[in-house]
Amino acid sequence: MQKRFTQTFLTNKTTAYILAAIFLIMAMLMGISIGTVSVPIFDIFRIIGANIFHLQLDESINPMHSNIVMNIRLPRVILAGLVGASLAIAGASFQGLLRNPLADPYTLGVSSGASVGAVITLFFGVSLPFAGLFTLPLLSIIFAFLTIIIVLIFARRIDRGMKVETIILTGIIFSSFLGALISLMIALTGDEIRQIIGWLLGSVSMRGWEYIQIILPFFLVGSLLLLINGRELNAMSFGEEKAQHIGVNVQRRKMLVLIAGSILSGAAVAVSGTIGFVGLVIPHLTRLLWGPDHRHLLPLSLLTGSGFLVLADLLARTIITPTELPIGVITSIIGAPVFAIILMNRRTESRG
Amino acid sequence: MLSIQHLTGGYAGETILKDISFDVHTGELFGILGPNGSGKTTLLKMLSGVIPFSDGTVMIKNKSLKSYTAKELAKTIAVLPQHSSQAFSYTVKETVSLGRYAHQQGWFQSWSSHDETVVQHAMEQTGVAEFENQNIQQLSGGERQRVLLAQALAQEPEILLLDEPTNHLDLSYQKELLDSLRSWTKERDLTVISIFHDLNLAGLYCDRLLLLESGRINLNDSPNKVLCEGRIKEVYRTNIQKQPHPSVPAPQLVLLPEIEPIQDKHVLINDSMLQIEEDYLALRSPIPLRTMSSGLVGSGIGWHQVFVNRHINKKVKYHHNQNDMVLFMKEKGFEPDETVGMMTSVLIKNASIQFIKEPGFSVLIVVTAGIENATDVSRGSEHTFQLSAGTINIWVFVNAHLTEGAFIQSMMTVTEAKTKAMYDLEVTDKKTGTIATGTPTDSILIAATQNGQKLNCAGTTTPLGNLVGKGVYECTVQAIKNNQSS
Repeated sequence: MQKRFTQTFLTNKTTAYILAAIFLIMAMLMGISIGTVSVPIFDIFRIIGANIFHLQLDESINPMHSNIVMNIRLPRVILAGLVGASLAIAGASFQGLLRNPLADPYTLGVSSGASVGAVITLFFGVSLPFAGLFTLPLLSIIFAFLTIIIVLIFARRIDRGMKVETIILTGIIFSSFLGALISLMIALTGDEIRQIIGWLLGSVSMRGWEYIQIILPFFLVGSLLLLINGRELNAMSFGEEKAQHIGVNVQRRKMLVLIAGSILSGAAVAVSGTIGFVGLVIPHLTRLLWGPDHRHLLPLSLLTGSGFLVLADLLARTIITPTELPIGVITSIIGAPVFAIILMNRRTESRG
Repeated sequence: MLSIQHLTGGYAGETILKDISFDVHTGELFGILGPNGSGKTTLLKMLSGVIPFSDGTVMIKNKSLKSYTAKELAKTIAVLPQHSSQAFSYTVKETVSLGRYAHQQGWFQSWSSHDETVVQHAMEQTGVAEFENQNIQQLSGGERQRVLLAQALAQEPEILLLDEPTNHLDLSYQKELLDSLRSWTKERDLTVISIFHDLNLAGLYCDRLLLLESGRINLNDSPNKVLCEGRIKEVYRTNIQKQPHPSVPAPQLVLLPEIEPIQDKHVLINDSMLQIEEDYLALRSPIPLRTMSSGLVGSGIGWHQVFVNRHINKKVKYHHNQNDMVLFMKEKGFEPDETVGMMTSVLIKNASIQFIKEPGFSVLIVVTAGIENATDVSRGSEHTFQLSAGTINIWVFVNAHLTEGAFIQSMMTVTEAKTKAMYDLEVTDKKTGTIATGTPTDSILIAATQNGQKLNCAGTTTPLGNLVGKGVYECTVQAIKNNQSS
């Protein structure tokens, strides 16, 4: 009996990983294949294979296809995937840490904080010595981290119990304030508004491999830090005091999670602008499907979030061709109603 | 196991605990009591390392609390907090399994078969194994509390700290939990330190109690010494009364409501309330009376409102049957729970009744006396025990407030008066031929309104003793004569 339970348990989780991986691969293939120029899926494998192993490309493949895949669509899909993965895993861990299913880099104001950092870098041409290319993500991450710390201190001042709603309300207040600050900075620089708004709403278009280089190290470090804290997040989702009773070094683990979450959301914002609700919707969906255990929730959210953003980006660039929608429009159209539904479910739960 | 010396501290800028020192020994069930805000929870949180203390030392197994790492501490101390929140829908088993956190080492902590055994055992002990795959958010408050207890047990602690563990539990689980805690302390040397709101539960289960008062120790001693009426009244600033537990030698404290039940202060029990029928004599009081009696129904100490002396024809085969009496009461419309019931073969019309007044209090005495079975108490062994209906039933209603001592003295005075009456009438024990002292089935009822003058004693020379002694003597003589002449 016990054994059978463990087996089904394992198979359940294995199924979850297999399904999430298939979803991601399918999303990537669709992302690369579909567009104004359609690339056959089989060709995609051959083009990527040839490039990885430095083989001579098959004569039968259109060199334009190769160009589109390698220089436009593949980096775009990978970037979207990395951004989605970062936001989803960051959201999942913020939710666990704050015991708050509504937390997400966007609702907590972390994305806006990171945007301030990014805007300062982009529009004032700040460049940190030694950081070079990484000035943008570093400043974004620092601002993201500062924002989450201020939001949490502020929320604790309002309500020692740090109720879910208090944290979210504080996050939204900070979000609006920082958003206004960004608009002010942009107005003062006098640049073209449309382009900047496009950036603010989030986009992964026309970034190329350079941006992947920017986000990748931060993605790896941040995700690894979170993945090894799965059990601690499980404990902390029962409350910090309870986690300490169980034996978790709460102060250190909490800092680690906050820093890792800020690294991921800061880096994501730096390369793609503020893309909302990915960190809210994906962990919520994953939790509904496979349970709240963070040891699985984090990696599954990572895979699913990555696939989700690739599909969202595909939708954003194909839905009203030839014009491209900012990807944040798509995620918000899906995310905001989900946010509302979670809020309503919480109300009924606390009433019952 | 645990030694606390001069512990002082609190939250930022506010000292809550001042100079707390005490020891807890291995296998002890140690209770912490105190009114709200006395620092109980703060003390528990300091012992579990959640909030720091500014001064003093806490030694756990001869090692300072401050030198423990979080994991080491979790292997020694487990905590069941008063409040817990579950943001996500973990299953019961996932929740309990978290208790093993501190026992797993390394980055790729593997789940050993020992971990599994401990978790299963913890779930069985707390009775949550049956819903191990259910979601904790769907459980009731009491079930959730038990899941968290299982989680604490899964830590395999040597010390268990609990903050009002019975808070969300209904009566049967309160008892079950405390019984388990007690057996774990005795059988496995688990040390339990628990905060109690319920003084009576603490008194029943704890080996030792620590009473806190505004952040200082008021007393650290055995339950009987700590749960002392005066001390608890003073510390909790409320009106309580101490009384013994009916079946266990443990102190119990009862609250005394400030607003007494609405009842007429001027109720006077007198002969006009007596209802004399062919087959019973009854008195129905408008208020419950404090009673001490040896009746067939409603004996012992209690509160009763109806008093019945039932006539049984002695020719009918006499059944000393309680159920029969209860049926009879129901038939006559008397609620058995509120009634003191006796039986007699004496005709009801032969009862002797006296209402006597003294300044400040008054007494109603009712006696029915049959002496066919009169017995000499000093030679009782010569009689074969046989229940029959010749019996003396004495009722004494006192319109005053009697202490428990006064009740018992009244009993003695009544008995002595009865014996004196038999002596004066020279009633003899038919078997031995000596002067009889009573019959084997005599019953006495002392009932008091508990209003008006407070009477502390009823010895034979006190005003109450005088009245009762003389009244019972006269009534008994009269009742015996009535019965003999009819």
